[in-house]
Amino acid sequence: MQVWHFSEMAYHPGWDELGNSLRNVIPSRVYDPKVGADLYHRYLDEWSLCDDLGINIMVNEHHTTATCTTSVCTIPMAILARETKKVRLLCLGMPIANRMDAVRVAEEYAMIDVISRGRLEMGFVKGAPFEVSPANSNPATLMERFWEAHDLIIKALTTHDGPFNWEGEHFQYRQVNVWPRPYQDPHPPIWMTVMSPGSAAEAGSRGYSIASLNTGYLRTPDIYNGYRKAATDAGKEATVDRFGYLAIVGVGETDEEGRRRADQILDYSRTTPRAASQFWFPPGYTSNEVTAQMLRNRGPNMIPLRDGGEFAMQYGTVDEFINAGVAFAGNPDAVFEQIKEFHDHVGGIGHLLMMGQGGHISHEETVGNLSLFSKEVLPRLKEL
Amino acid sequence: MDQIDVAGIEIDLEVRGDGPALLYLHPEHYCHLHTPFLDALAKHWKIYAPRHPGFDGRQPPKDFRRVEDIAYLYLDLIEQYDLTDVTLLGSSFGGWIGLEMAVRNTSRMAALTLIAPLGVKLGGLGERDFADLTALPDEMAMDALFSSEPADFSTFSEAQMIGVAQDRQYLAYYAWKPYLHNPSLARWLHRIKVPTRLLWGEDDRFVTADYGNRLAARIPSAEMIIISGAGHYPQIEKMNETVSTVVGG
Repeated sequence: MQVWHFSEMAYHPGWDELGNSLRNVIPSRVYDPKVGADLYHRYLDEWSLCDDLGINIMVNEHHTTATCTTSVCTIPMAILARETKKVRLLCLGMPIANRMDAVRVAEEYAMIDVISRGRLEMGFVKGAPFEVSPANSNPATLMERFWEAHDLIIKALTTHDGPFNWEGEHFQYRQVNVWPRPYQDPHPPIWMTVMSPGSAAEAGSRGYSIASLNTGYLRTPDIYNGYRKAATDAGKEATVDRFGYLAIVGVGETDEEGRRRADQILDYSRTTPRAASQFWFPPGYTSNEVTAQMLRNRGPNMIPLRDGGEFAMQYGTVDEFINAGVAFAGNPDAVFEQIKEFHDHVGGIGHLLMMGQGGHISHEETVGNLSLFSKEVLPRLKEL
Repeated sequence: MDQIDVAGIEIDLEVRGDGPALLYLHPEHYCHLHTPFLDALAKHWKIYAPRHPGFDGRQPPKDFRRVEDIAYLYLDLIEQYDLTDVTLLGSSFGGWIGLEMAVRNTSRMAALTLIAPLGVKLGGLGERDFADLTALPDEMAMDALFSSEPADFSTFSEAQMIGVAQDRQYLAYYAWKPYLHNPSLARWLHRIKVPTRLLWGEDDRFVTADYGNRLAARIPSAEMIIISGAGHYPQIEKMNETVSTVVGG
């Protein structure tokens, strides 16, 4: 099993002032660039440390939010492509339906792949519903734009006798000719985030790696099965290295220390629902059946427990998140056992996308978390 | 409800009533709430009320994604039924379609009556001619559309709620960016050659009556009529007054 460290580079100093709305309609005067600069350097240092710890690196992006100040995923990755030498670099990812210049995406990815000497992994993501407003991308045509961007980017990265012409529905270029071409041949591995059996099937039929994000103990097996069936139907092999799972990880010398770390990192999960309600269901983003239900009765985001109960994401306890399969926390033995149990339950995961930093956890505590994980848990995961 | 083919596209068309032809182009929201309004109009006109492609639950063809496409579709529909001296009545999004039709061809139209039409950008780049409904909290978005009595989802059936979601989806499909307008439409409004009336709810906070006055000034022989006690859909909130006004023309 490969492990990846993920952080959203939160601007947590602004959370209290912003209250229950941390996205989209928040004034940037709340952001202090001097504090933000220190935070950026700190988060980048934590990722750089991973090069020595044998933990790969994952970055994502969100927009107009105090929960994530990575507004362009390829910027930290470009820095880390130079600062690290060994580990692999996963952008998960690029919201290609919200990026109006698909060729620019191909250029950014190709450049990072070359600088890192072939260590890039390319994520293409649909993006969360509240990303539609900052990008002003049409939610009713989002997925057709996603797949056209996908096709264009792959063609741009793999065409070496260009230029070529592309006059599509959403993207028009008459002279596509990406320099440099990527280091990896034919192109860096492709990842997609999936949240349902249907989206897993889309990736499975293409043989891509998937990451399900915090989908938990109850929902993840169906998602993985959706992938396996579509991959098999398409004549692809659904090997375990195709399956990634993102969870919050807090490990400590003692159970108490590990759970305390997880509790702080879990503010990532607890802050995620803090967005004004009108941004959750942009028109056409979800099925009309789901939107209809939500227009009438928009309850809090709930996470299912193993016994069939549920809890509100915004207020969950460490025990509840562990029970749900969203967090792995405790001493090294406990964390290993929780990961192994989840791994066995879903039929095998090849990649643990570990949220090793989040919320108010300090730099020292983050370094402790990552270092102890590397020393005491990572070696044992090789046997899975 | 008839299912007919116009220019290779299947649409739902409601035809009822008796009298001169009236083409009713529905707005973006809550169509079932307009039924009493159409019932009243049907006493005076033969009403042709198509459901816009997409809003009807059918996926429009891939190359059919602009409001101009809907305008050409209905110009073809008028020819297909050989309608003449048509009164064209459009509300909001439907009013935009009406404007797009009228700048192209008014030869079969007798009059144009538009209820708070969208589609024309009059303000500067920092001004919102049309409130950004998807970025407003739900209560404020409702408040923008209705004067005093917002649509009450608790009275909607499951199918009507799915209809609401579908209407939102296809309003976005046609008009997300540029938002609710065609940048070149303002330039061609002088081509509207038929008597035109703009009906506007006094309390419309989605597209204000002030905007309506400025729009009327751009259209030859346009008359602006304010309906008090109504928001963006006077045909729902002040049905009788709206019917009288439409009939009175």
